[in-house]
Amino acid sequence: MKRSIRHAALLFLLPVCLIAASGCGGGAVEGELSGAVQIDGSSTVYPITEAVAEEFMIAHGQARVTVGVSGTGGGFSKFLRGETDINDASRVIKSSELELASRDGIDFIELPVAYDGLVVVVHPDNDWADCLTVDELQAIWEPGSQINNWSEVRPGFPDRELALYGPGTDSGTYDYFTEAVAGESGASRSDFTASEDDNVLVQGVSGDPHALGFFGIAYYEENAERLKLLAIDDGDPENGEGCVLPTPATVENGTYAPLSRALFIYVRPVAAEQEIVREFVHFYITRARELAGEVGYVPLTAEEYDLVLERFERRVTGTMFGEEAHVGVTMRELLTRYMPAELSSGEPDSEASDSLVSQPVSE
Amino acid sequence: MISSQRYDERIERRRRRGLIFSGLLFVATVSGLVVLITLLVDVVMQGAQWLDWDFLTRFPSRIPERAGIKSAIVGSIWMILLTAGISVPIGVASALYLEEYAPRGWFLKLIQININNLAGIPSVVYGILGLTLFVRFFALGRSLLAGALTMALLILPIIIISAQEALRAIPSGIRESAFALGATRRQVVWSHLLPMSAPSIMTGVILALSRAIGETAPLIMIGALTFIAFLPTSALDPFTVLPIQIFNWTARPQADFQSLAAAGIVILMIVLFLMNLSAILLRNHFEKYRLR
Repeated sequence: MKRSIRHAALLFLLPVCLIAASGCGGGAVEGELSGAVQIDGSSTVYPITEAVAEEFMIAHGQARVTVGVSGTGGGFSKFLRGETDINDASRVIKSSELELASRDGIDFIELPVAYDGLVVVVHPDNDWADCLTVDELQAIWEPGSQINNWSEVRPGFPDRELALYGPGTDSGTYDYFTEAVAGESGASRSDFTASEDDNVLVQGVSGDPHALGFFGIAYYEENAERLKLLAIDDGDPENGEGCVLPTPATVENGTYAPLSRALFIYVRPVAAEQEIVREFVHFYITRARELAGEVGYVPLTAEEYDLVLERFERRVTGTMFGEEAHVGVTMRELLTRYMPAELSSGEPDSEASDSLVSQPVSE
Repeated sequence: MISSQRYDERIERRRRRGLIFSGLLFVATVSGLVVLITLLVDVVMQGAQWLDWDFLTRFPSRIPERAGIKSAIVGSIWMILLTAGISVPIGVASALYLEEYAPRGWFLKLIQININNLAGIPSVVYGILGLTLFVRFFALGRSLLAGALTMALLILPIIIISAQEALRAIPSGIRESAFALGATRRQVVWSHLLPMSAPSIMTGVILALSRAIGETAPLIMIGALTFIAFLPTSALDPFTVLPIQIFNWTARPQADFQSLAAAGIVILMIVLFLMNLSAILLRNHFEKYRLR
């Protein structure tokens, strides 16, 4: 009897709550946003997503956001089965994953959220190398490379053994580095000291006077006194003359090429129909500028975040990175190039839903 | 005369050799402990500054000062209770069947070989199995239950083998006298074999669960989460566990997170210690029962 009265009261209260939209059910401040957001993917993007999830749950007490770390590839395999709402990715979706997506009819919205610079570092006692060209890096790292001495890297370098350190072959960092310097993702020599844990690489390089290594910029910043940073010359005078050191400014404006890369989240449009996911992604993009910097990454520009938000609001599906080379292209350029169709036709998604690779707007 | 002189010399030499031998054994024992203690002291010293009540009662955070380990502790406890609840009954029952009921023959041998092999399979393989079977086929999702079932599979071989050893150690005279008094096999199992073997079985269970609480690979495989700022309320909720949280912190660039990881390791060891302690108390209880 008592229980049925309570049920009746609840039924009565429900519309009241819906109208009032706030203040009901235990003191949540901003409305009654509740539900789950399931995220998985890259360990590189994880710190940003964790920061956003933390802030989001402070703002919305009823929300249940969970973040896993399966790696970009592992995350995509779950995302493309519809098991997660959002995938963190430290590289763009691969063509094999695109095929899987189109086969299973899974759509996605690709949203860049920050930049990560890859740094090339040596031991602080190394007084001969200050800058390497991309060609030299390629000669060192390409598959079958026989360069095992610093004197073979560049005439004039001393006769010292060369010891190489890099992330393991499963990481997005390794994929990106090899693509940027050797032109093919995953193609490199295999006789280097590899570790999935970047802190191990820091230990390795800082303890070996002959070392040369690469990893994410956040790991350099925390250990700057134990490492020496090298500048990179991409041989393209239009894109920064000569040697360029990685700094937030050079990573953001793309002159630290080709070793600055974008980090992404991929959102399923179906999941974005839920209010909680929509609100979360909105929150992510509007807070990313502040939070990405806080956890050690380089944020996009304010203008680029506006474009990203627009891309999400318009639900532009598909990848911005088709067959064309994309190393060294600025994000703003890509975002505007692939903000398609509906501007002229007024028909959202008409272009994008046809194929997963969104078409560039013809000029 | 001469022979007795030699005898005195020899016994002296033999005593010396005996001393050297026992000294070597002592060094062997201590060397393992020294490494362990060095490691413990190092971890405790690094993590001590972060170990306080807030650390235990807060959820993970990007800011080290705000970070805590609550969801991981609760997740680990859920995980271990569920895993024990699933694997102990099944493991002991399998051991009883194999030792007491199964007809001897090629089939029994085949099962036995398989169980022994399963005990040596790398844990990540169980993760793949758990992902396909529990997470996807049975559609349990990335839940505590899916994780516990995977862990249960992982430690079942260890529990079965140790329970079998325990049963084998009971003198057959005990079984025979019970049979002679007219007891059925079921009665023998319940009144004699289980109570007598319980302490040894408990030891096996402790070892197996200690392995389970430290495992990460299979849980990452089935998709246990790293950031989760709420507690599970049922076995079907998402979760994280202590080793995953620790692993995540060690991989961060900021030095503070390394210390947080050390603090997490201390907590993990305390949980492990409490778990073993309660199991040992339970075992002593059974041992008293056996003496009566």
